[in-house]
Amino acid sequence: MGRNGSQLMVDVFVGASNTITSLGFSTAEHVKQIKANQIGISIYPGGNLSPTPVPLSLVDNRQLLDLFREYLYKTKPDLQLDFFTRSEMLHILSIADVLKSSEINVKDPRTLIILSTLKGNMDLIGGDICVPAIELDRVYLWKWGEFLGSFFNSSNKPIVVSNACISGVLAILIGSRLIKAGRYDHVIVAGGDILTEFAVSGFQSFQSLSPKPCKPFDAARDGLSLGEGCGTIILSRHHSLCGIPEKIVVAGGSCTNDAHHISGPLRTGESFYVAIRRALREASLDPRDIDYISAHGTGTDYYDETEAKALSWAGLERVPTNSFKGYFGHTLGAAGIIESALAIASMRNREIFRSAGFENPGTSQQINILTDHAVKEVNHCLKTASGFGGCNAAAVFKKI
Amino acid sequence: MELFITRYMKLQDHRVSLNGIVEHASEAESVDALFRSLYRYYHIDYPKFSKMDNLCKLAFLSAEILLQGTDVIQKYPAEQIGIILENASSSLDYDQKHQESIRDRNQYFPSPSVFVYTIPNIMVAEIAIRHKVKGENTVFISEQFDPELIDHYVSELFRNQRVSCCLAGWIECYGDHYQSFLFVIEQEDNIKRFEGLQEYVILNPLNMEKLYKGKSI
Repeated sequence: MGRNGSQLMVDVFVGASNTITSLGFSTAEHVKQIKANQIGISIYPGGNLSPTPVPLSLVDNRQLLDLFREYLYKTKPDLQLDFFTRSEMLHILSIADVLKSSEINVKDPRTLIILSTLKGNMDLIGGDICVPAIELDRVYLWKWGEFLGSFFNSSNKPIVVSNACISGVLAILIGSRLIKAGRYDHVIVAGGDILTEFAVSGFQSFQSLSPKPCKPFDAARDGLSLGEGCGTIILSRHHSLCGIPEKIVVAGGSCTNDAHHISGPLRTGESFYVAIRRALREASLDPRDIDYISAHGTGTDYYDETEAKALSWAGLERVPTNSFKGYFGHTLGAAGIIESALAIASMRNREIFRSAGFENPGTSQQINILTDHAVKEVNHCLKTASGFGGCNAAAVFKKI
Repeated sequence: MELFITRYMKLQDHRVSLNGIVEHASEAESVDALFRSLYRYYHIDYPKFSKMDNLCKLAFLSAEILLQGTDVIQKYPAEQIGIILENASSSLDYDQKHQESIRDRNQYFPSPSVFVYTIPNIMVAEIAIRHKVKGENTVFISEQFDPELIDHYVSELFRNQRVSCCLAGWIECYGDHYQSFLFVIEQEDNIKRFEGLQEYVILNPLNMEKLYKGKSI
């Protein structure tokens, strides 16, 4: 389709999703666990991932291997388990789950896979893994993407996005934009990160890890908790193929940069606010139309403060808001996908969840953080994200 | 609405070219020495440069070479300028360095000044900070320069007025291997308004590929 063509009428529907964290291996399991106030972050006693104890949210390794072995046996019995890295197992299970619950054909040339990650095969960095079946060049994110794409016989090479902690939300926006531009009909947005000492030590060096499970937006917050995770979400211009009965669309989105500092936010929240304002404008919505916000809310002092300022600046201070990171930590490249999938589950199920870890308001601009689960009709939901490199992103999901 | 590449630069094999014309060749013996010599050659005064990893240095220098002495992007509001970059090795150059620093438990001193460079979009941030660019920004990882992806995505950004100007290209640096190809994309009506349409290159995958490979259009 040409550059001048009119594509304004195309709706991009969100469909089936999968989420994998310490809380489980499907979106439904996550909803059930969150409803029961289960927290997946626990104190890692010290070992390969960190020399000292630190709270982490880790995917259950035995369950991962069991599920993957079973999946492989059913689908590709000629392949050995040790041919796959931990990250690849997570992504394959996650993508396979949404393919099962939607009518999207991954082999269709009109279908694209977009992958969002910080480090992909984080455990291959430094060449420490010595499994002959695993080619070390899968440490390259494009190669990791190509491997995943060819596993599913995808006709297009996956696009890999690596834009710090906004990668997941940005991948959803990129998918939606490419569909609206007429380039593809369906996009499978998947992404995630495993945890190794690489990430844990790095965040420790920044002193950004809390000694206790994180407390986003709380007065006593003192850092984030890292979480392993993977998520997948379907985007399509055809609602009937999406795998969910509700009609929910990506109505708007935007990404901005602070142009201020490489590892800290612009504390006025201005660029973050601009991303939110633009996302609302594209969705043709006023701040009062937003029913619920799934915030980035990492639990670090400055980032939560900045986000509260940006939300308040945008006139969203009264909107019920939560951060899912109190349940399963900051899942890095997966965060935007997992949290969007859960926000969309809230829209579908008419229930919004308390922000785990939050007790007392602790930002200079007070925003409406959920302290209890609530029943609520959510027609319009805002998802926000921000990250290192001064990047901010916002997406609006809308029931039609 | 046609989009044009209004300015482009390349840095590879120790040679710098601007708009297709080689303007500097260096005899430097290493990548580090090359980046230091270019910093001096272009009379750049930016103390933070020395703290950057090589990927960011390459991105920063490429943007300097592309934009020095022009107001090509300052004509636009900061929020309307985008940066869309691609590379193959992400930030593996510094990823390895960070991993090595934590390998020995007795020498376990991960440095925040190394770890911050273990995500590729820090190169976007360095350009954004220097040139006050606040719009859409993304790093894609692809095996090779992928002009089609840039064409598809940047065209969408312009069509929906998400950007009025965009820096795009390929910034790859891993060990001794480096290559950059960075360009400015503007749209027809703005170019006409500002300076009259000259012989600019129409943005499409074929033209990008030709400029990248140093062929004439």
